[in-house]
Amino acid sequence: MGKRIGAQTVEIESKPRIIGTYNIVGPKEGQGPLKEYFDDILEDDLNGAESFEKAETSLLYTAISESIKKAKLKEVDINYLLAGDLLNQLSSSCFAARDLNIPFIGLYGACSTMAESLSVGSMIMEGGLANYVVAATSSHFSSAERQFRLPLEMGSQRAPTAQWTVTGAGAMVLGRKGNLPYITHVTTGKVKDYGIIDVNNMGVAMAPAAVDTIKQHFMDTGRKPSDYDMIATGDLGVIGREFTEKLLLEYKYDMKGHYMDCGEKIFDPLKQGTNAGGSGCGCSAVVATGYLLKNMLKGKFKRILLVSTGALLSSTSSLQGETIPGIAHAVSIEFGGE
Amino acid sequence: MAFVVGGIICVIGQILMDTTKLTPARILVVFVTAGVILGACGIYDVIIKYGKAGGTIPLPGFGYSLAKSVMKEVDEFGLIGAFTGGIKGTAGGITAAIFFGYIMALIFNPKTKE
Amino acid sequence: MKVEEKTIRKKFDKLNSDSIPKPNLLLHCFNAFWVGGLICIIGQFISDVFSGMGVPKDELGTYVSIVMVFLGAVFTGIGVYDKLGDFAGAGSVVPITGFANSIVSPAMEFKKEGFVFGVAAKMFTIAGPVLVYGIGSSVIIGILYYFLRW
Repeated sequence: MGKRIGAQTVEIESKPRIIGTYNIVGPKEGQGPLKEYFDDILEDDLNGAESFEKAETSLLYTAISESIKKAKLKEVDINYLLAGDLLNQLSSSCFAARDLNIPFIGLYGACSTMAESLSVGSMIMEGGLANYVVAATSSHFSSAERQFRLPLEMGSQRAPTAQWTVTGAGAMVLGRKGNLPYITHVTTGKVKDYGIIDVNNMGVAMAPAAVDTIKQHFMDTGRKPSDYDMIATGDLGVIGREFTEKLLLEYKYDMKGHYMDCGEKIFDPLKQGTNAGGSGCGCSAVVATGYLLKNMLKGKFKRILLVSTGALLSSTSSLQGETIPGIAHAVSIEFGGE
Repeated sequence: MAFVVGGIICVIGQILMDTTKLTPARILVVFVTAGVILGACGIYDVIIKYGKAGGTIPLPGFGYSLAKSVMKEVDEFGLIGAFTGGIKGTAGGITAAIFFGYIMALIFNPKTKE
Repeated sequence: MKVEEKTIRKKFDKLNSDSIPKPNLLLHCFNAFWVGGLICIIGQFISDVFSGMGVPKDELGTYVSIVMVFLGAVFTGIGVYDKLGDFAGAGSVVPITGFANSIVSPAMEFKKEGFVFGVAAKMFTIAGPVLVYGIGSSVIIGILYYFLRW
C-alpha cells in the first residue's frame, strides 16, 4: 500500500503500468517537429464533424477507444474513465464518454488534466480499487478560441507571448502488469497566482505553479533534477520555461539539460507562427504519449517527470479583473531503470 | 491626402494596441467616442477637409457622422433630435453591417487559422 | 532548501518586468499606416465614383459606408480579412471595414448555434460596444447642443 511522503507527494508502490496509449493531432501539429511521434494526424481539423466542439469530442473518443485496443482490452474491462478538457461543462469529455460504456469521472485542471487524470488514476489503482483505468484529455484550437478568445475570422494580431492551443487528444491505459513504463510518484499541486492579468501571457502565469510543484516534488522525494532524464512541463511556452528554470535556481535546483516544455517543443515558431508555443490539455497529452513515452520504450529516457500545467481562469473571471491562477501536477514515470 | 490622414489615424490605433493593455474592441470604443466629441466641437471637420476619405473611413469618422447628424436633427426638430439624429445619419452603415453580416454567415463558414 | 516564497515572488515580478518580449512596434506601425491608408484611398475612389454619378454631397457618406461595409463583410466571409488583420493590425481594425469584420466574424462563428441564438444574437458581441458608446455619446452631444446651441 502506497504512502504519503513529504507535504504533497504520494509514493505509488504498486507501480501501475502504462499498458496502452494513443494520440491523434490536427494538421498543424502534424507538420511540427514532433510529427513522427503521433499515432494519427488529421488532414482536416473538423474530422468530418459539423462543429469544432463535435470534432474535439470525436478526437477524444478515438484516442480513448484506440488506446484500449492497443492495450489489448475491451471497453468492458476498464473500471474508470478519467477525462477532462477546456470546454464549458467538460463538453468534449462528457460527449465522448456518452459513447463509451465505462464509468466516467470528469476532471477539470485546464491544461494540467493529463497529469491530473494520471495522478487520480494511479491513486485509485494503488488503493486496489481498479484493475484498469483510462486517463485522457483533449483540446482543439478552434473550440478554445471560440470560448476564450476571438472569432476565427476576426482580424487581430497575436502578442509575442501568445500561445497556440493544440488540436489533439491523448489517452493512457493503466494496468497492473507488463514490462512497460510505470508510475512511481504523484505530486499534487496547489493553486498559485502571482498576479498576471494578461490572458495573452499564460505561460508566465502558470510558471509559479510549475516551480512550486517541481520544488515540492524534489523536497518530498529527496530527488534532484539530475535524477531524471527528462522533466517535461506541459505548456509554459518558451518564456514560461525560461522563468521556471530561473526561479528553480533560487531553490538551488539546476534544471539545465534535464528540462523541456511540451508547448515549446510541439511547434516550430518560426515556420508555424506560433509565437511562444503550444498550449491546451492536448499539448502535454500528445507529447507525453508521443515523444516522451515512445522514447522511454526505445530506452532513451529511463525516468521522466511529467508536469502538466494549467491556467484556471474562466472567460468571465478575466472580464471581472481577476488575475490568472495556475496549477501544476507532477507524475514520475520509470522504465528500464531496474 | 486620404492615404496619409487615414494612415496616421491607424498608426495611433496601432500604438494604443501595442503599448497599452487596451484590446481592439476597447480601442474602437475610444475612437468612435473621440470622433463624436471632435465632430461636435468642429475639430474633426478640419481632418475631413484635408483628409476626405482618410477622415471618414476610419472609425472616428463614424463618430463624426453621428455627431453631425445629431446636431442637424436638433436644429430641425429640437430636443427629440438628440434621440433620432445619430441613428438616422448612420443608418446606412449600421443596416448594411447587419444585413450583409447575416448574408455572409449564411453563405460562408469560418476556417481554422493556420 | 529553506527559501521564502516571497523571495520567489519578488524574482518573478522582476523577470516579468524585464524579460517579456515586446511586439515590434515600428514594423506594426508601418504596416498599419500603409494598409489603413490604402483602405482610405479605396474609400476615396468609391466616393469619387458616386460623386461623378450625381449623388448629392450630403448623401455620399451613406453610399460609401454601405459599399465599404459590404467589402469588409465579403473579405471576412472568404477568410481573407483575418490574415489582413494579423499583418496590418490597426490598419485593418480601425477603418469601417474592420467594423464590418467585427460583426461578420462572430455571425459566421456562431452559425453552429443556429440562426436565432447563434448568428443573430452573437453578431454584436464585439461591435455592440461601438454602437452603444457611439450612439450614447451622440445623444449626450445632442442634448448639450440643444441647450447650448453653439
